[in-house]
Amino acid sequence: MTALSIRNLTKVYANGFQALKGIDLDVAEGGFYALLGPNGAGKSTTIGIVTSLVNKTAGSVKVFGHDIDQELEQAKACIGLVPQELNFNQFEEVLPIILNQAGYYGVPRKIALERAEFYLRKLDLWDQRELMSQRLSGGMKRRLMIARALVHEPRLLILDEPTAGVDLEIRRSMWKFLREINAQGTTIILTTHYLEEAETLCRNVGIINNGEIIKNTDMKTLLSELDVETFVLMLRQPLQDNSILSPFNGRQTDENTIELDLPRSESLNRIFQQLSANNLEVVSVRTRENPLEALFMGLVGIEETPLAALSEAAGAAR
Amino acid sequence: MKLASYRVAFHTLVHKEIMRIMRIWVQTLVPPAITMTLYFVIFGNLIGSRIGQMGGHSYMEYIVPGLIMLSVITNAYANVVTSFFGAKFGKHIEELLISPVPNWVILWGYVLGGMARSLAIGVIVTIISLFFTRLQVQHWGITISVLILTSILFSLAGFVNAVFAQKFDDISIVPTFVLTPLTYLGGIFYSVQLLPEFWQKVSMLNPILHMVNAFRYGILGVSDIPIATAYSIICIFIVLFYCICLRLLQRGVGLRT
Repeated sequence: MTALSIRNLTKVYANGFQALKGIDLDVAEGGFYALLGPNGAGKSTTIGIVTSLVNKTAGSVKVFGHDIDQELEQAKACIGLVPQELNFNQFEEVLPIILNQAGYYGVPRKIALERAEFYLRKLDLWDQRELMSQRLSGGMKRRLMIARALVHEPRLLILDEPTAGVDLEIRRSMWKFLREINAQGTTIILTTHYLEEAETLCRNVGIINNGEIIKNTDMKTLLSELDVETFVLMLRQPLQDNSILSPFNGRQTDENTIELDLPRSESLNRIFQQLSANNLEVVSVRTRENPLEALFMGLVGIEETPLAALSEAAGAAR
Repeated sequence: MKLASYRVAFHTLVHKEIMRIMRIWVQTLVPPAITMTLYFVIFGNLIGSRIGQMGGHSYMEYIVPGLIMLSVITNAYANVVTSFFGAKFGKHIEELLISPVPNWVILWGYVLGGMARSLAIGVIVTIISLFFTRLQVQHWGITISVLILTSILFSLAGFVNAVFAQKFDDISIVPTFVLTPLTYLGGIFYSVQLLPEFWQKVSMLNPILHMVNAFRYGILGVSDIPIATAYSIICIFIVLFYCICLRLLQRGVGLRT
C-alpha cells in the first residue's frame, strides 16, 4: 500500500509566490523516505499541505488511501508530525504536552500515560517529565516533539529537520531510534539539511527544487549516478612539482595536500605508483565530501561551498 | 474518528483550559475579585448609600447583578481570546490543527474553558457581594440560564477576536473600545428609565443591556425590558457567532496559510 500519494500538488501563496508547481510523489508503506531540497524549495509547504497546516491550491493528497479532501480526519489520524519549529506550549510541563496530544487523537488517558512513559523513557526525557518545557535544552525539545508525534502511534511519521541544532551524539541516538520504529513498520518521511543523515537512514529519496521534484528514486540508484569522486591525499613530504598531478585531474591545495577527481571506474593504484616514483609517501586518504552532497549540489545547481550556496539557492527560490 | 474519541479529545481540551486557568489563577481569578470588591465598597456602600433606592431596591442590591454580569462577560471573552490567541502566537495551536479533532469539538473546548472561568468568577463575585448585601434570588432558572448563555455568547465572541488577531494589541482593541463601553452603558449602575426617551431607545440597541436586565430580573425580579426579548437576543447572537466561528475554523482564517 502507498503511505503517501501526492498528485499534481500546487501551491500559490497569497503574495503570488508559487511554492509547488504540480508535484507528484509516492511513498511506499514501511519506507524511509528523504525529501531534500534547499531552503525555500517547497519541502515544508509539501509537509504543511499533507498535515493540513497549509491549504493547497490544486492537486490531491492521499494518506494510506484517505483523500484529505474527503476523509481528512482519517488521513490526519494516520500522521505524526515533528515540525521544523518548536510548536509546543513553552509554559506547560513535558508530560501534559504528551498526554494532551494523545487526547486529541482520542487515546484514553490510561493508555496515553503508558505510552507517554514508554516514549519519554525511550527518548531520555522521563526524568524531565515534570519540568516546564521551556527549561529543556535544544536537543531535549526536539526529542519531546518526537515523543509527542509518536504517542498516538501514527502509521506515517513526518520529520521536518528533526536534528537541526542537535549535537552529534544525540543525533546518532535519534537515528537509532528512528531506525527502530521504521523497522517496526512506521513509514517515515524525513527532510533534512544533513545529507549524511539522509544517506544513512533513508532508502528512498526525492529532491525538490523551486517547487518541482527533480529526482525521485531509491538511494542506491541515486548514489550510483555519481561517477566522479574527489579524494584528498595527505603527503608526508611537501610536493615540489605539481605537474605530476596533471594526468589525474588533480590539484595541490597546500604543500602537503593534493585533491584528485577520479572517475569511479579508475583505480587509485596509478596515482600511488606515480607518487612513489617521486619519493612521495601518502599518509592518509579521504573523500572530500559526502557523495550525496555532491549529487545534491549538482542536481540543484549549486557549485560553491554548500552553506553559502544553499543560502543563495534559498534566496533565488524566494 | 468515533464518538468516544471525540469525547476524549473534548475532555482533553477542556481539562487543558481549566489547568491553564488554575496555573495562572493570580491573573485569572484574583483580579476580578479585587476589582468587584472595590466596586461594592465605593459604588455600593459609599456612593450608593447617598443615592437611595433604584428599581425598588437599595442601590447596592441593584448593582450586584450587573457587576456579576460584568465579570462574567469580560472574563468569558478574555479567557478565550487570550488562550486561543496565545496558542496561535506560540504555534501550539498546530497540535490541534494537525490532529483529527473536528472543528466543533475545538470550538466547544475553548467555549467550555471560557465558561468555566467566567462562571467561577461569577460565583466568587456573588460570594463577595454577600458580605455587602443579602441576595434573595427570585427566579433561579432565569438567573442560571442567562448566566450560562451569556458566558457562551462572550466566549464565542472572544474566539472570533482571537482568530482575527495577529498581535497582542489586537486582542485588547475590542474589549477596550467595544465591550467595556457597551457593558458600562448596559444598565449596570442605573436604570434606563432614568435616561431621556431618545437615549432609552438608543440603549435598547445595546445587547448587553438586555442580558444585564434579564439577569437582574432573575435575582431581584425587576427589569427595564421584556425577558423574552433578552432571551431572543442572546440566542440569536449565540447562533450567529457559533456559525461565524465554525466557518472561520473551516476556512482556516488566521490559522492556515
